[in-house]
Amino acid sequence: MTQDEHKEGIKGMANPSRYGIERVAYWLMRLSGLGLLAYFVAHIYETSTILRGQVGWDEFLELTQTTEGHLFLAIVIAMCVFHTVNGIRVMLGHGGVGVGKPARPDYPYDPASQNYRHKIGIYSAIVLAAIAMMYGLAVMFGE
Amino acid sequence: MAQVSHIADEQASTPVSSSKSITLRIARYNPEHDDSSQFMEFTIPYERWTTVLEAILEVKKHFDHSVAVRYSCRQATCGSCGMMINGKPRLACFTKISELKSDVVTVEPMNNFPIIRDLAVKFERLFDTHHKIKPYLIRDDAELESDEKEFLQSPEEVEQYIQFANCIKCGLCNSACPTMATDSSFVGPQALAQAYRYVADSRDKGKDSRLKIIDESHGIWRCHFAGSCSQVCPKGVDPAMGIQLLRGYLLGFRG
Repeated sequence: MTQDEHKEGIKGMANPSRYGIERVAYWLMRLSGLGLLAYFVAHIYETSTILRGQVGWDEFLELTQTTEGHLFLAIVIAMCVFHTVNGIRVMLGHGGVGVGKPARPDYPYDPASQNYRHKIGIYSAIVLAAIAMMYGLAVMFGE
Repeated sequence: MAQVSHIADEQASTPVSSSKSITLRIARYNPEHDDSSQFMEFTIPYERWTTVLEAILEVKKHFDHSVAVRYSCRQATCGSCGMMINGKPRLACFTKISELKSDVVTVEPMNNFPIIRDLAVKFERLFDTHHKIKPYLIRDDAELESDEKEFLQSPEEVEQYIQFANCIKCGLCNSACPTMATDSSFVGPQALAQAYRYVADSRDKGKDSRLKIIDESHGIWRCHFAGSCSQVCPKGVDPAMGIQLLRGYLLGFRG
């Protein structure tokens, strides 16, 4: 961005601090979205290895059987769960659900759109993603 | 933003009773001959009730009168003194130094607004987008032509929009918005909240034309409900709520 516009740019957009858990959720939503996009591209490449026959397919799948592969898949699970749960929260909000009703504001002003329902939604998305990731790790590293 | 500090060692020329003081860091930038912003630091005494604006005016009075700052009412009504205070958009006249709980107070011009000089920013774009959504009642008839001379509303009808009528056009919401940080064409939370203010007004008949204006790619659909706009609003307008309720009209959930 030019100095003339004085915009924060991507650095400011991606900064999760300053504005509470809602901005953290906004940041995680983008991060998980980009992560899942990268995973889908990798997944298309992965499935394309079937063109090299059984040997090529097995060779590629072995990559996921390593410690790094397990950690990668666990992160994918976490991103998938967070993006889904938080996405449902955001979609409901976009439909006007849970954002409160207009009212005469009284000082100190607590924005109704940032209410406990949405905060619970955000924390639920984070907790569920963590649980799903731990479950995935337990399955992959189990035995 | 380069941060070159200049420490002003001299003290205020008038005696003050306060024993407490803060370091006030002011961003200095003149687009006409500076390449980047620099910070100047001043030691300012303060009381429990001293506002950031008063501290800046203290600098102008005793240290450097060339600091450019816009202010007017000093009571959070005119919306002139919006700036970044310790990294968050706030009104300088409405922010007390004591509530910041920091020995260093950094003031910078609002983000997402072009800088005129130092702490003063241009509001042309905010006013343009505000005008774009037609911020006035649209009707076929006129108040003065009516026999009743006024459009009556019930308290319930007033309650639908009165919160959004509190907007003082300070621009803090646009400054905090993450979409405004990257999208130069986004209409912004201030204008969208004002669009809701008129759409929700029972006297207004311009809903369809306003919805058409904001129903575009850089319009209402660019908002991703980060909610930062509502958190920084000094008047409790809650633009995030207005935007989501406005979407209700566009998605057919509201009549």
